[in-house]
Amino acid sequence: MRMLPVLFRLAWRYLWRNHRRTLIMVGAITVGAWAMIFMTSLTRGMVDQMVKDGISVLPGHVQVHNPDYLDDPSIANRLPYTDTELQQMFANDKFRAWASRVRVPAVVSSERESRGVTLLGIDPAAERAFSFVDYDAVEGRFLDGPDDSGIVIGKELADTLETGVGKRIVLMSQDPDNDIADRGFRIVGLFTANMPNFEKSYVFVGKHTAQEFLHMGDTTTEAVFLGDDYRNVEPTWERVSAAVDGGVVVSRWYEIDTYLGAMLKVMDGFVLVWVVVIFLALSFGLVNTLVMAVFERIREIGLMLALGMKPSSILGQIIIESMLLLLVGLTLGNLLAWATVVPLEGGIDISVVAKGMEMFGSGSVLYPKLMLKDVILADVVVLVLGFFASLSPAWRASRYEPVEAITKVE
Amino acid sequence: MNIIFRLAWRNIWRHPRRTWLTAGAMVFSNVLLVFMISLQVGMYAMMIDNTLQLFSGHMQVQAPGYNDEQKMRQIVPDVVPLADKLRRSLGIDTVAARAWAFGLVSSEERTYGVGVFGVEPEFEPKVSNIPGLVESGRYLSDSNANEVVLGAVLARNLRVGVGDELTLLGSGRDGSFAAAILTVVGIFESGITDVDRNFAEIPLAYFQETFYMDGAGHQVVINGASLDEAKLLEPKVKALLPADEDLVVLDWDALQPGLKQMIQADMSSAFFMYFILVILVAFSVLNTQLMSVLERTHEFGVALALGLSAGRLGRLVLLETAMMGLLGLVLGVICGALVTYWVSINGFAYPGMDEMAAMFNLPDRMYPRVTLLSLSLGPSVVFLFTLLAAIYPAIRLRRLHPVEAMRAN
Repeated sequence: MRMLPVLFRLAWRYLWRNHRRTLIMVGAITVGAWAMIFMTSLTRGMVDQMVKDGISVLPGHVQVHNPDYLDDPSIANRLPYTDTELQQMFANDKFRAWASRVRVPAVVSSERESRGVTLLGIDPAAERAFSFVDYDAVEGRFLDGPDDSGIVIGKELADTLETGVGKRIVLMSQDPDNDIADRGFRIVGLFTANMPNFEKSYVFVGKHTAQEFLHMGDTTTEAVFLGDDYRNVEPTWERVSAAVDGGVVVSRWYEIDTYLGAMLKVMDGFVLVWVVVIFLALSFGLVNTLVMAVFERIREIGLMLALGMKPSSILGQIIIESMLLLLVGLTLGNLLAWATVVPLEGGIDISVVAKGMEMFGSGSVLYPKLMLKDVILADVVVLVLGFFASLSPAWRASRYEPVEAITKVE
Repeated sequence: MNIIFRLAWRNIWRHPRRTWLTAGAMVFSNVLLVFMISLQVGMYAMMIDNTLQLFSGHMQVQAPGYNDEQKMRQIVPDVVPLADKLRRSLGIDTVAARAWAFGLVSSEERTYGVGVFGVEPEFEPKVSNIPGLVESGRYLSDSNANEVVLGAVLARNLRVGVGDELTLLGSGRDGSFAAAILTVVGIFESGITDVDRNFAEIPLAYFQETFYMDGAGHQVVINGASLDEAKLLEPKVKALLPADEDLVVLDWDALQPGLKQMIQADMSSAFFMYFILVILVAFSVLNTQLMSVLERTHEFGVALALGLSAGRLGRLVLLETAMMGLLGLVLGVICGALVTYWVSINGFAYPGMDEMAAMFNLPDRMYPRVTLLSLSLGPSVVFLFTLLAAIYPAIRLRRLHPVEAMRAN
């Protein structure tokens, strides 16, 4: 242990004896570390945005439904509680936000066209935290309360139906007795959303208006809850589960949107695979550098051994050399990654492939996200694997016979 | 020339460990590149096939704007005679006329809004795989019958089976009220929930009657024997369209713009990763070759003093690099091809991939496709960068001064 400071100094000096080789290797490690972190932050950013967008339509981190609703989203499968009962159930719990709403498939028709949509009967005040609607960009106005008799539809849908603010459209949907309920609504606002698809698929009316229109009394089809972090919904799930009885299912968001849930998991795996692949590509160069570094000073190593340096110190010295090399490269790589990601955090416009990104479920602006967790993962993986990769050359160096090594001629 | 080759070959084996490590880096990335690019080629081909064979086909004749807006009045007039004409003139039977409307379908217990296709029962099976996916009952048979085939999820939610009746409500081409009573004759199951939940097919003639189409439809689907052949058909189809009607021919990437862009987006992120891999290999080669040049300073000095030109020595270094590169290339392609071939038979799965695959109309196992391109693209780029990496060491040779160089070491 006394030897450690000496070994550090030796390793550091040896590293710079052949500065070209060291610089090339540092360059390779820098590029590798940069690529690991940069790529990871891009995919993280994309998935993060996808999940946020997804949750805003789903919406909510935790949802309560009738057990049959998810496969058969019909008004017949609504919640077994009245809205008043729901309000009482959750009145004392503090969630970041929660809302109950009517969500059923419906058909909307103008005099020109008909389309299938999802009708959301909402209480606008309670929904603010959830919705994918950009409230500041609503043309006309958004709903002003659960009793608002107007309807708000997406801009894309309005274009298809050839209608606009102030015009009337007809909504048709099934009521609990399987009669077709229909009613005319005046469009009071047009919303825009991050993804064109949302604009085509959702229409908003007041919750009470929807209940009256669909003859469903004081009931709703779902209750949704927002916790603090979409990655950790368990606390919210437990609190909601404790408040309800067995007549309903409480689902986490990734159980409802299995695609997004899977995406999140696959991406975690992808980050690790990517880091390891980059490391393996680097490892050949790293081992090569160490082998060369050992090779060209066999005689010195022999001399040190002959003078009484322990083989373990030689081993330690080579490993320290490798670790220093990696540390310098990683530091530069991390700085470079930080310097490239931060200016891009405002978003990268990739609207050239907007329709393709929509198929992925992603918007057309990519927001890279530098996560400390990923940076640490990348650095630790490189250091740990780097340690193992340098064991073999270091071991060989420490096993030389002093006499043979000293007399070795190239 | 022969002696130069022998010299280069011997030189690279002076440090077998170093050469193997450098070649190992190439083999590693070549195997990875061959596998990944083959996987991508296989995946994209499957994605395109699976998506196109559901509904869009290789090519469609439509009214301008229909693909984006799908409005009822954006019609193809006299659609059945047009499809007939195309079949006869092109000499193929993979042509089918269709109409599409949005409607409300009700059973005793449930009502859902769905997309209803009017199809030619005789020709639809030749352009779409939906008819082949009928799990219970049969596909449509008579163009005038009031029959319907619907998706499995839809049937389950409507609580109907083969033989039950449904009512269909919608609005006709002229905006008037359209209604029909249909008998369920078949239920198809594609395994893609969105498709199985949202679509029903009825015979075209009956559709035209119900929705007051007056002989019109919305699309004529044309499939070639392959996507490439479909491209060749396109100008012929254009020439066959009635001159007095405003109609367009859309190929698959116009029909499914998202598909191509998704592939592009996926490719660009993949190529970024491949590029990094190649760069790292290049660093490795640069390191090795620079070392090998520097340690031979003395030797090169002697060679220069004996009258060998620096250019020739530079070429020697490049030749050594090329040999090492070829070693990596050949081994990499062989190993990569073996690995990829094995996976192309046994399939490749990744935990969580099945849910994602379903989103893109893909099965839960991927099968890479070994093609000449997927075998050669990655390794040849690696080889190219290997050579580029040796340029700097080769140039450094020119700075050598014989006398100083001989004193080195």
